[in-house]
Amino acid sequence: MTAVTESAETGSAPASERPVGYGRLKRKEDPRFVRGKGHYVDDVQLPGMLHGAVLRSPLAHARIVSIDTSAAESHPKVRAVITGAALEGLGLAWMPTLSMDTQAVLATDKVRFQGQEVAFVVAEDHYAARDALELIDVEYEPLPPVINARHALDADAPVIRDDLEGRTDNHIFDWEAGDKAATDEVFARADVVVTQEMLYPRVHPAPLETCGCVADMDPVDGKLTLWETTQAPHAHRTLYAMVAGLPEQKIRVISPDIGGGFGNKVGIYPGYVCAVVGSILTKKPVKWVEDRSENLMSTSFARDYHMRGEIAATREGKILGVRVKVLADHGAFNGTAQPTKYPAGFFHIFTGSYDIEAAHCQVTGVYTNKAPGGVAYACSFRVTEAVYLVERLVDCLADELGQDPAELRMRNLLRPEQFPYENKTGWEYDSGDYPATLRKALDLAGYDTLRREQAERRARGELMGIGLSFFTETVGAGPRKHMDILGLGMADGCELRVHPTGKAVVRLSVQSQGQGHETTFAQIVAEELGIPPEDIEVVHGDTDQTPFGLGTYGSRSTPVSGAAAAVVARKVRDKARIIAGAMLEVTPEDLEWEKGRWFVKGDPGTARTIQEIALAAHGALELPEGVEGHLEATTVYNPPNLTFPYGAYLCVVDVDPGTGEVKVRRFVAVDDCGTRINPMIIEGQVHGGLADGVGMALMEIISFDEDGNCLSGSFMDYLVPTALETPAWELGNTVTPSPHHPIGAKGVGESATVGSPAAVVNAVMDAIGVRHADMPLTPGRVWQAMHGGVEPPQ
Amino acid sequence: MTVRSYGFGAIALEAAVQVPATFEYRRASSVEDALALLERFGEEARVIAGGHSLLPMMKLRLARPEFLVDINDLHELDYLRLEGGELLIGALTRHRTLLESELVGRLFPIFHDAERVIADPPVRNRGTIGGSLCQADPAEDLSAVCTAVRAVAVILGPGGRRSVPMQEFYRGPYETAVGAGELLVEIRVPVRPNAGSAYRKVERKTGDWAVAAAGGALSLADDGRIGWAGIGLAAVSTSLAGYRRVEEALVGREPTDELFTEAGRIAAEDCDPLSDLRGTEEYKRHLAGELTHRALTLAAERARAAGGTGGKDA
Ligand SMILES: Cc1cc2nc3c(=O)[nH]c(=O)nc-3n(C[C@H](O)[C@H](O)[C@H](O)COP(=O)(O)OP(=O)(O)OC[C@H]3O[C@@H](n4cnc5c(N)ncnc54)[C@H](O)[C@@H]3O)c2cc1C
Repeated sequence: MTAVTESAETGSAPASERPVGYGRLKRKEDPRFVRGKGHYVDDVQLPGMLHGAVLRSPLAHARIVSIDTSAAESHPKVRAVITGAALEGLGLAWMPTLSMDTQAVLATDKVRFQGQEVAFVVAEDHYAARDALELIDVEYEPLPPVINARHALDADAPVIRDDLEGRTDNHIFDWEAGDKAATDEVFARADVVVTQEMLYPRVHPAPLETCGCVADMDPVDGKLTLWETTQAPHAHRTLYAMVAGLPEQKIRVISPDIGGGFGNKVGIYPGYVCAVVGSILTKKPVKWVEDRSENLMSTSFARDYHMRGEIAATREGKILGVRVKVLADHGAFNGTAQPTKYPAGFFHIFTGSYDIEAAHCQVTGVYTNKAPGGVAYACSFRVTEAVYLVERLVDCLADELGQDPAELRMRNLLRPEQFPYENKTGWEYDSGDYPATLRKALDLAGYDTLRREQAERRARGELMGIGLSFFTETVGAGPRKHMDILGLGMADGCELRVHPTGKAVVRLSVQSQGQGHETTFAQIVAEELGIPPEDIEVVHGDTDQTPFGLGTYGSRSTPVSGAAAAVVARKVRDKARIIAGAMLEVTPEDLEWEKGRWFVKGDPGTARTIQEIALAAHGALELPEGVEGHLEATTVYNPPNLTFPYGAYLCVVDVDPGTGEVKVRRFVAVDDCGTRINPMIIEGQVHGGLADGVGMALMEIISFDEDGNCLSGSFMDYLVPTALETPAWELGNTVTPSPHHPIGAKGVGESATVGSPAAVVNAVMDAIGVRHADMPLTPGRVWQAMHGGVEPPQ
Repeated sequence: MTVRSYGFGAIALEAAVQVPATFEYRRASSVEDALALLERFGEEARVIAGGHSLLPMMKLRLARPEFLVDINDLHELDYLRLEGGELLIGALTRHRTLLESELVGRLFPIFHDAERVIADPPVRNRGTIGGSLCQADPAEDLSAVCTAVRAVAVILGPGGRRSVPMQEFYRGPYETAVGAGELLVEIRVPVRPNAGSAYRKVERKTGDWAVAAAGGALSLADDGRIGWAGIGLAAVSTSLAGYRRVEEALVGREPTDELFTEAGRIAAEDCDPLSDLRGTEEYKRHLAGELTHRALTLAAERARAAGGTGGKDA
């Protein structure tokens, strides 16, 4: 259990006990959320606002023969019906995806997945818009669909993307990393090679707030204001400018409170574009908000990685190499969000936390008749898949060698003196003491006692399992020279202004979807300047009010924008030093900083606080030559490298031998995310991620039948875990600051989602004595695995 | 629209609409008023009780009633009482009331077993036993429970009042003996001496519909043998009843583990499950046996305990 310092726990504690900087502090944003006073996109109400609804394809693959909208148009409350043909006239029927592919905004030629956008109705109210959808008559000519990615490249597979010039198959890309020859050589001389096929099924981020927007095109001044559920408002604005030809200064994207993103809200969805067009056509604001089923069926999914992993080792259990082939199902359009150079995201961190000689991966992306998107869901650009692969492989190896999985990991973990560590696929891990973290997790869990208990229970016919996972994340994308999305570099800006009274406003390019930015970023600035966090206003989510940057995903806010906030605060501190020098009539070099004030070296009583300096900066004080008044600064932070948070997780499960039901009894998570800014927020992030991990391991999947019907279009079928499926989390931490980061923080948003699924699956396999079964480990699938084996899910 | 499995969630949504079609709405002020409204609006009218089955179906436009007759003001249908050797349950009794009733828990612990695993507290606060039985989803838990305890449904309509045993009440998936213009008003459960009952369900997560579930009720004769037995299974067949062979195998026998294993084996044979996302046919068949065994074992334990604690005079 994490040690909790009670006194500093609450934001309502006496001011003297609240941290001026890092420490446990209740979130500044929570009073409005717990009072129901958050302001989400669906709360936006504008005079004369109309409502949009999307007509979606009932079929996974079909040619559109005709669309008749006349009945819908004559509905008394309908103001506009937009089809692909209409958009074609505007050059907007297709839009670029985040992976440089194109995606239909509204289908013109064919529909390519069930739930694809076919037409958009704008009506006076939400109900009329949906009623009118039923009045649109679309004639489809059904085509055979490609549902199973394993058949996407068959010679006779129907070609899904016949809209693309010269396409004769469903192949998207081949990509590889590592050294194939060196890896083959290592495998050739290994004593033991274990091979395992595994599927990381299609899952969905399923944020509680679905996606939506309100588009308001001012017909007079031509300014478009767009309230959107987006994790990346600036990137969206630039893309709208590029795609729709709207001048960028005339677009304002506002991302208000966001009810969860998890990657689901990175991309641009057809509904947003349609709402904009609807507003242009009707000269009224248009709101469009998805239903739950639309969100689950049509927006960015995650994973769908068919992996064949191999691990090579000596008989004693020294891991030599890892080799993997992946078939990646990207759906009907390649809409994956990831840095351009990396079509498989950061999957090539699959060498994990181990000191190995060689590694190689080969990834092939294919189109299928399923919803597009991919990468989403708190995965740090496919690190989740990578960690799952290697952590399952290590357990398979332990099983093969008859070794204890904890010992096997301990023997192979990177050692502290190896950092910074160049792995075999091109990453430079920044810092870590992996064995210490694993040891801490084992101690917290009482590993040896658990193993003894397990043996006793087994003797009584009870199935108890202990599963471990050790993960290395790679987050904080990223260095501009390597990383961009659609040509936009992944650097982030930050602006800080200290007001005359010593209060401050910090403006961020990243956008919170629940991560607590308003608190964390105030604390970062507070730590640097000694201004209490409650005196610092954090502004984010509005492109007219914040500097440019690429947004929040891939755990990048603290590593990138957090660094920017620290850097900009240091700039202000430096300027404050000059001003303090003028105030005290000494040279700046004679001053020394102590949190909140500059004092004269050797004379700590002679000092000026940051608040006094702020007032002087705005006052009549004579400033040194070349120094401007006021107290503010801006910066753009270009990360020199990614950061590599890591952790050791341990899960204990009990499996009912008669029914296959899995109960997660305990979960111990020891995270190292470097410097800990607000431990309470970190714990919240870890709790959520662990719950996600239990969900993916045990119940979540977007399934399809052979015709391409999505079978998981509601929360009755797409199961997300609740407090009742999850244990009381037991957290611990180690702190290894990142050496290249201004404050040593590594980011933690996705660590737990990335690290936990493997621990749960490893525990279940340990309990039932089966080498591998694919997620989700529902009671039925566990029981099948215990009785002769279970097929990969569809 | 294809129904692929039970529990209306498991439906392939061919169009993602979650807004109901237009309908008219009336709030009935008495049972007579409700019957009059139903008669007036005819075939296109539907009763709405807790709304936790009907509203989701309407939002998905799987149901499009033109008129809704709301019976939530009919407090005269919200009761639990013991009368003439029967437990009488008003049709508007909420899940929560059943779960919190000491009387129900003492006489029929099977109801408490089931209620604990039906949906979640917000659904249980509103959902009613009448709505549950009338929905007649083959995965519905209370129908299986009522089948096991041999409940009788009391139906009121233009033709008067009639009583229908559970086996006949349930006519197949989403179909019951309640005709147009009729109202289910009461459920009557006979109280037996030395009786015990239990319900066992496997679900993928809390609040999920059953992958499979089994309810068992039995009473012990003075010689310790099983005097009477009732079985109801959910989610493993289009029918909730049909376990007569199991019941026959139990009566007159010692309540042993072997007997209950045998009972489970017959239940597994006699059920007729479909493979779906909740599990394969093979798994569900296995569960039918396993859960029947577990429910009967617990029911017998409870019957023995009831025998010793005055259950006889209940
Ligand atoms: C999230 C969720 C999870 C659920 N999980 C489960 C579960 O695990 N197990 C389970 O068994 N159930 C489950 N349910 C269903 C729940 O138990 C419902 O409350 C119940 O099925 C219906 O009761 P109701 O009063 O809400 O009925 P309503 O929705 O109001 O009505 C259902 C049907 O019964 C008719 N009706 C209602 N009352 C009468 C009456 N007196 N006379 C004639 N007809 C009537 C209506 O016209 C309608 O056709 C779940 C529901 C939800 C929303």
